[in-house]
Amino acid sequence: MYLTHDTIDLAAFLAEARPSDGAVCLFVGVVRNESEGKETVAIEYQAYEEMAELELAHVVASVSQEWPGAFVRICHRVGRLSVGEPSVAILVTAPHRETAFAACRLAIEWLKEWAPIWKKEIRPDGSGEWVEPTGRDAGHGTRNT
Amino acid sequence: MVVRVLYFASFRDAVGRPEEEREIPPGTRVSDLWEILSREVPAFGRFPRMPPAAVNRLSTVGHHTLEDGDEVAYLPPVAGG
Repeated sequence: MYLTHDTIDLAAFLAEARPSDGAVCLFVGVVRNESEGKETVAIEYQAYEEMAELELAHVVASVSQEWPGAFVRICHRVGRLSVGEPSVAILVTAPHRETAFAACRLAIEWLKEWAPIWKKEIRPDGSGEWVEPTGRDAGHGTRNT
Repeated sequence: MVVRVLYFASFRDAVGRPEEEREIPPGTRVSDLWEILSREVPAFGRFPRMPPAAVNRLSTVGHHTLEDGDEVAYLPPVAGG
């Protein structure tokens, strides 16, 4: 299970390192209070949950193949999150830091591109706006198209 | 035959429901169904081409032919992370 409706437990995540690992790299994405100059009070994350589980498993498998020796874990939150709450955590442990840093970076990039997950920024007046990246930042939500 | 169509994010808001069952003729392709939906939902018209789609939770292409009971989803631009 890669998606959760509950608060991401970062401490439990960090406890995953193996005795052979000398490097632990943790990336945490957090809800910000603004987006392109517009104030944000919360973000609502929605996922095509059954497909997102498959896609995130594919991210883990692909990153592990790209960086042998890396142990990759992903947890992505869904539902309504307040400013400052973690929306995603990616943990990579590896024998050495080069692998841990590189695999962690690759995992978040592929997650953003492949996972069918969406976010709606909630403004102070209660209105909401779905974020739909275009051009260079656009993800596909799929791997093959 | 009948397929189940799922809507997410801005598509869900535009349609006003998370999913629906659609009766379609045999031989209907993923791109054909998108054209049918685009004619009904004005907000879909802003996409010059069919957005990425999935059938039974796996990404697919427009010329994929739908089967009875399939779960179909058209995906607005994703924004996870």
